[in-house]
Amino acid sequence: MVEEVMHPFMKYLRSEMIPHIWCPGCGNGIVLNCFVHALDELQKDLDKLVVVSGIGCIGRTAGYVNADSFHTTHGRAVAFGTGVKLANPELEVVVISGDGDLFAIGGNHFIHAARRNIGLKVICANNFNYGMTGGQQGPTTPLEAFTTTTPYGNIEHPFNLVHLAAASGAAYVARWTTLHVRRLTMSIKKMLQKEGFCFIEVISPCPEIFARRNKMRTPLEVMEWYKRASVVENFSDPSKAEISPQRLVVGEFVDVEKVSYEKLLHEKISQINEKAVNW
Amino acid sequence: MPERITHSPIDSKQAKPKKAEIHLIKDQCKGCGYCIRFCPKKVLEESQEINARGVRPPKIVDESKCIICSFCTAVCPDFAIFVTEKPCEGGC
Amino acid sequence: MSKKALLTGAYFMNGDIACAEGAIAAGCRFFAGYPITPATEIAEHLSERMPEFGGIYIQMEDEIASIAAVIGASYAGLKAMTATSGPGFSLMQENIGLAVMTETPCVIVDIMRGGPSTGQPTLPGQQDVMQAKWGSHGDYGIIALAPSSVQEMFDLTVEAFALSEIYRLPVLLMGDEVVGHMWEKVVIPPAAQIKIVNRKKPHQTPDKYAPFMPDDDLVPPMACFGEGYHFHATGLTHNEQGLPKTQSSEVQSKLVRRLCDKINMNADKIIRYEEVLLGDADVVVVAYGIVARAALSAVRKAREAGIKAGLLRLVTLWPFPESRVARATEHAKAVVVPEMNCGQMVREVERVAKTVPVSSLSKLGEDPHTPKEILEVIKRCA
Repeated sequence: MVEEVMHPFMKYLRSEMIPHIWCPGCGNGIVLNCFVHALDELQKDLDKLVVVSGIGCIGRTAGYVNADSFHTTHGRAVAFGTGVKLANPELEVVVISGDGDLFAIGGNHFIHAARRNIGLKVICANNFNYGMTGGQQGPTTPLEAFTTTTPYGNIEHPFNLVHLAAASGAAYVARWTTLHVRRLTMSIKKMLQKEGFCFIEVISPCPEIFARRNKMRTPLEVMEWYKRASVVENFSDPSKAEISPQRLVVGEFVDVEKVSYEKLLHEKISQINEKAVNW
Repeated sequence: MPERITHSPIDSKQAKPKKAEIHLIKDQCKGCGYCIRFCPKKVLEESQEINARGVRPPKIVDESKCIICSFCTAVCPDFAIFVTEKPCEGGC
Repeated sequence: MSKKALLTGAYFMNGDIACAEGAIAAGCRFFAGYPITPATEIAEHLSERMPEFGGIYIQMEDEIASIAAVIGASYAGLKAMTATSGPGFSLMQENIGLAVMTETPCVIVDIMRGGPSTGQPTLPGQQDVMQAKWGSHGDYGIIALAPSSVQEMFDLTVEAFALSEIYRLPVLLMGDEVVGHMWEKVVIPPAAQIKIVNRKKPHQTPDKYAPFMPDDDLVPPMACFGEGYHFHATGLTHNEQGLPKTQSSEVQSKLVRRLCDKINMNADKIIRYEEVLLGDADVVVVAYGIVARAALSAVRKAREAGIKAGLLRLVTLWPFPESRVARATEHAKAVVVPEMNCGQMVREVERVAKTVPVSSLSKLGEDPHTPKEILEVIKRCA
């Protein structure tokens, strides 16, 4: 056992920002781990990578990855990423954000970017609440769950994110938990090599806030729930991909070939001009 | 009686399984317990020492049992544990 | 169909189209917008022109997405613009703050209309001019220009891009519905006569580069995505390395004051105005935008009637030309500030003109002031 050897992924991280601010057992750390693992396996050119994040605990991810990165205002990461991708389609633009940022305040931007099939790669860490601000209800909070703004139990139906993404037109849609580290890494690799709008929902523990308020007292209890309840149903109907204490449907739901917005734009510009534009 | 066919690899007597080297960055550990709980070979357990963060990092029970599946490396939220192959120097 | 970006020549066009051509002439290659009267023509014209030379036009789902995409495109290296009116301008405020905080060069055009709220979509107003300075939360410096003619819609858009690249911030072009929709002659000069400025690029290698470390002019050189600098930018309070430092009052003070000083200390180089017959003026009219056209006519008529009137036309609204307004008004008997709002820039004039009586000539609704309306007030003040 040697402690002087550096972690093999440190080169993908801004070392002056490590250790990160996330709580013990926070799924954000695992999302970051799987993401840099995928970058490593693909030997991705970090000079061409742009990581965009929104506001939230997961929003700090942009500050941890050793690549060009931008931390936007709440909910606007996808819209910002659209501008980046169109301005320079050679850049790999990855949006890493949370359930509230992407689907409450950012919901409109998400569905339109998916509709356009703009080549953004979106990873959503879904921990069922607004963790950074102390644990308020969000658009994915399950019915009857306790949060600081649903002290009597949540009465709002939550979104089914994979169904929403698929219905909006995304070319690749998957859901994994932070326990499915290998499949999550594989999905990230797949989406980094795929054209069009790609979305991965990662069910992620928020042990200090959401889990504790909802009878899962330790980080391990959350992961035990994932282990007990998750079932892989690849390419099943995303509208039926439920999340409940008894059943947590994960898998890849959509993986289609669909021409991206930036490719259509390039073709249209080329049609208008006899000479092809050098992108 | 037909000859019993085993399921070991034909070259199992010549094969040299890789030896693992488990690296713990103890003060970076936040004590979530994922690596300990999900190691398929139960190579780790919670130690009795307290690290700089006030939690108990894992300790290695038996490094020779590690199969370098690297699940601990992948599941650690804090980049506090990783496994490498021990460099092989003649006769290992 | 023309394939060229710069269309040198003389044209008869409306203000919105002149603004769009000004952007193209300045090197703008990204436009993200949303339809809104009376700025829609800017988007429509650019949707047709941009593809002709590989520029990018996208209609986003709302104004917030538009300004977010503009900031993204600017950070990816393109000169970027959006155009809107009052309601959209309000929606954009949070991200204007983000552009200021991340020192993003970009241009935002507000073709003002009657407000507040949905107001009078097809009629002029000048009600957003204070919002241009104070619209986003927090303390910051901003540059806002007010065109008075269709030619200025072209010229000031070119100027806005130059200023945004020099000072690394969003520059606001505060037009109004009349200047936006009226048709006048526009001369688009040849390339050699157009001032194109590109943002300062880093002189250090990536390992030594700090994205928010300013040079002596208080403006940091700007690396863009994909150039190998691996930098981080955030709307959170950050240090010179761009990393969030939200717990330090020292970092907050240093950053916010620099964002303000960046403009204030360079005000002399930024501010532009036009003076007509100011030298011996007893009555000084301070006006901007379409109202300045009527004010000019009123001042000339006043001179014919024997009144020593003069006009100070503000081209730069922000930073406010304090010293020029102070000097122009100090020997005057009276100052008149006609505006199509309830009196906004007049407050700045009052603040600076101190002892001289200042009259606000406020008009709301259908038409800008007529020269006669302004002349009557000049006569009363003389």
